[in-house]
Amino acid sequence: MGVAESELGATGGTILELQAQAVSRALEDAGLSLSDVDGLFTTGVSRFSATQVAEYFGIRPTWTDATMAGGASYEIFLAHASEAIRSGLCDVALLSYGNNQRSARSRKLGGVIDDHTPEAQFEAPYGPLNPISLYAMAAERHMHEFGTTSEQLAEVAVAARAWALKNPVAFRYRSDPLTVDDVLASPVVSTPLHALDCCLITDGGGAVLVTSLERAHSLRKPPVVVLGHGETTTNNGMSQIPDLTMTGAYVSASRAYEMAGLGPSDIDVAEVYDSFTITVLLELEALGFCKRGEAGAFVSKGRITPGGEFPLNTSGGGLSYCHPGVFGIFLLIEAVRQLRGESGERQVPGAETAICHGTGGILSTHATAILGVDR
Amino acid sequence: MSDARPVAAADSQTQSWWDATRESRLLVQHCRACGHHQHYPRALCTECGSLDIEDVEASGRGTVYSFTVVHRAPHPAFTPPYVVALVRLEEGPVLLSNIVGADHGDVRCDVRVKVAWEDLPDGRKLPVFSLES
Ligand SMILES: [Zn+2]
Repeated sequence: MGVAESELGATGGTILELQAQAVSRALEDAGLSLSDVDGLFTTGVSRFSATQVAEYFGIRPTWTDATMAGGASYEIFLAHASEAIRSGLCDVALLSYGNNQRSARSRKLGGVIDDHTPEAQFEAPYGPLNPISLYAMAAERHMHEFGTTSEQLAEVAVAARAWALKNPVAFRYRSDPLTVDDVLASPVVSTPLHALDCCLITDGGGAVLVTSLERAHSLRKPPVVVLGHGETTTNNGMSQIPDLTMTGAYVSASRAYEMAGLGPSDIDVAEVYDSFTITVLLELEALGFCKRGEAGAFVSKGRITPGGEFPLNTSGGGLSYCHPGVFGIFLLIEAVRQLRGESGERQVPGAETAICHGTGGILSTHATAILGVDR
Repeated sequence: MSDARPVAAADSQTQSWWDATRESRLLVQHCRACGHHQHYPRALCTECGSLDIEDVEASGRGTVYSFTVVHRAPHPAFTPPYVVALVRLEEGPVLLSNIVGADHGDVRCDVRVKVAWEDLPDGRKLPVFSLES
């Protein structure tokens, strides 16, 4: 694998330019060139995302995938790329992403609802913030069922900031540490979620190159191996979610663990989607790191902060590192760096296995990937 | 609420549902093949795949599955703070809606609610919910 991100933050760059930066750096990281790429996996660019990006890069891939599954897209792409490579359908797969939403001010509080969808008739009339209000209702339900508190949710944002202070490219690298009180004092957006329970809005691009283990052995960096993956999709609208606190992540995780032949206790580092603080609690339960309903207590008392017993979102996550709309590719990038021992001050000593979990839409799409060092 | 709420036009699948709102009747779909109830209206039963679906009138009573008080409006029609909720009808289907006429502090998960109606400019009505006293 080769991995890289583009410039992050407020860049003034275009979507395609940010992709190009990341791709060029990832090729350099792997020791590959554009002409080696025969598979392209990208989304969120335009109606014909893969075609658009292929043309911009001047490549003619023979295997493409432009599935739009929001924050889970790139864990899904990693799975689909791995299987395509395993089947001999492509040799070098490029996963590429870019978004300039901070510079372009393209984010809307109510989200983007197409006029012909059921949501335009049955949900938009009630004024939910999209996606925030759905995650807020999941948090409210989690509190109701399990006694989870706003303080426990805030612990996730506090830990993310602490990790970001160790990541020189993080958007909040030069910010102050965060306290639980800071999070609770930030403006309420959609109860019980405060502004600091919500991820950043930044620009950014990322790229991941995937190839066969055989070919990877000849590349610049030591291989990182895809050990298992799983995915599922559960709902598009808010009213159609099967369960607010028992998400599709249970399904994607169990499939990934089964394929890898591993369980939660075998995982050294976890990179899970933190669109909102509640997202992380739901994922930790679904990924089996604690029992259902116990994630609030699990993230407390410093367990997930640097030096704690459970290294989580070591890049600073979407809450404090970057969040250019679809963060899933950055989960993969950080996991690969951790497994190669390249994460500097935030390195988890001896990390040999990592789990990445992407959650997209409004708890809509769920994809889990388990990575490991080559042994 | 100043501007009109953003409500898309009815389509071939949803026309009868919206027409019933003009008479303050809340419909859900019922599958004649397997008995499943569902909402929003669509062309097949999500339980068994049958196309043999009819509209039936719902009781209008349900419970709050969850809710959120929205503090920043996504559209000029909305004046925060206001309550957005997932309401599970007695018949089973879940609707996104608003809880109206209640102190926000009185809204809780699992409390009982009943349908109320808010007029739309085009003569349709929008089902919202109030707490059952
Ligand atoms: Zn049926």
